[in-house]
Amino acid sequence: MKILVCISHVPDTTSKINFTDNDTKFDTNGVQFVINPYDEFSLTRAMWFKEKQGATVTVVNVGEASTEPTLRKALAIGADDAIRVNVNPTDGFLVAKELAAIVKNGGYDVVLAGKESADYNGQMVPGMLASLVDFNFVNGCVGMEVDGTAVSATREIDGGEEKVSTSLPIVIAGQKGIVEEKDLRIPNMRGIMMARKKPLNVVESSGVIASTETQSFEKPAPKGAVKLVDNVDDLINLLHNEAKVI
Amino acid sequence: MSVLVFADSSEGKFKKTAFEVVSYGKKVAEELGTNLVALTINGGDASELYAFGAEKVLEVKNDLSTFNAKAYASIINQAADAQSANVVVIDSSVDGLYVAPMVAVAMDAGYASNVVALPSSTAPFTVKRKAFSNKAFSNTIVSTEKKVIGIAKNSYGAHENAVSGTAEAFSANVPEMGVKSESVDKATGVITIADADIVVSAGRGLKGPENWGMVEELASVLGAATACSKPVSDLGWRPHSEHVGQTGKPVASNLYIAIGISGAIQHLAGINASKVKVVINTDPEAPFFKAADYGIVGDAFEFVPQLIEKLKAFKQA
Repeated sequence: MKILVCISHVPDTTSKINFTDNDTKFDTNGVQFVINPYDEFSLTRAMWFKEKQGATVTVVNVGEASTEPTLRKALAIGADDAIRVNVNPTDGFLVAKELAAIVKNGGYDVVLAGKESADYNGQMVPGMLASLVDFNFVNGCVGMEVDGTAVSATREIDGGEEKVSTSLPIVIAGQKGIVEEKDLRIPNMRGIMMARKKPLNVVESSGVIASTETQSFEKPAPKGAVKLVDNVDDLINLLHNEAKVI
Repeated sequence: MSVLVFADSSEGKFKKTAFEVVSYGKKVAEELGTNLVALTINGGDASELYAFGAEKVLEVKNDLSTFNAKAYASIINQAADAQSANVVVIDSSVDGLYVAPMVAVAMDAGYASNVVALPSSTAPFTVKRKAFSNKAFSNTIVSTEKKVIGIAKNSYGAHENAVSGTAEAFSANVPEMGVKSESVDKATGVITIADADIVVSAGRGLKGPENWGMVEELASVLGAATACSKPVSDLGWRPHSEHVGQTGKPVASNLYIAIGISGAIQHLAGINASKVKVVINTDPEAPFFKAADYGIVGDAFEFVPQLIEKLKAFKQA
């Protein structure tokens, strides 16, 4: 089984969010980048398939050279090789089309991604990719098994879960549940050493044109200070008369 | 030319978000000088949509007993084609988020998700979107001729705008689906976090699962959903399905009440789309106080029972 895991390179959740160049660019100054937390769940599931079912695992990122440490981290966790598509990922559709070119040429059975990225939270890429390459697609996946070409999966729905059956080839957009938090792996020294020698292939754009562009960023208006009360009557009164939410 | 909205439903009843997308689509259609068409698939009564501005409702009735993303995406695309719709508006329910990217590919449309407001301009078509876990917004230009717009939950809101509408049957081909539903496991009779106007959430400050009775009672008095912080679900005090925060469920309710939750940044990232936030915590230094609108520095075991009693009296008044 050949697995491709899509990795987004995102600011750590605790990062300060600021913008430069007249609010048109994200300010990366002092920001620590990590593997997108949602992708990490899917990567960890891929490791399970590698160890238990002999799958090979390739990781891919659409991004500029600055994302390579994030791909190396995925290699240190245990992926076999990595691909970086040398494009600035400004639009979800653009990323999906670049990934589709990789998937079409790669002969993958399973494409695993996170259901969203922690930067744009768009939830766009996995579904677009599946449609572009005509793979089956399960979104918001919290469990999956592969038996031959048959796939059983569980997805989260409003207020519960749905079990589905489908088949390879497939795109899975995973989240917590596809593995648990305790299953996530921290690269060890041996993994980090080995990752340096694993192939990281850089490919150029397949010539995709973006369909959206960010004109500017803005931050929400600063929030007023919390109003503290010392009794529940005042709280109910404020929620009813001021906030008008009860 | 027209604007098409997909009015999603569950078991024959429109979701709250259906009225939100119709309200939004109506305004966009007005700005573009065109008409609005709402599409329903085994949905509710079309007149419910007329109340929010849908002049024309296309009703698909078929034997799809549950949602299927590929089938729904194909039907939405066929309707967009038949109505020459250049703008398609879809909600951010679990199903909407599943289907919208597939619709965008089928239409070869630029797709902007997480949109929180009407377009600031229609030429170029520019929309404001949430980004960086609600810590910022991006003003995005959708430059393609066809566009799919995903509306963030509880952002634009439903606005009554009664029109005299007409409904007509729309017959669409259903493609081979690829993914088959085997079973659905859904709590019945409880308000889900996704649908709730009010969410009551509690954390480790409650000391143990045996103390959740008052959280459930407070939720029941308010007609709210219950939720919990990540440590609480990791400890097994509450089911994973209640975990809200960055890796758990997102919350975009009108009111979010946090009891004994300190407010780790990952928790706040998942809930800060809620409009009004209340915190009850013994520790005045808890980071949640910086994110909250209203707060009580005090013991949940003292204040929550009082809040339940007073709210019961308030609801009866």
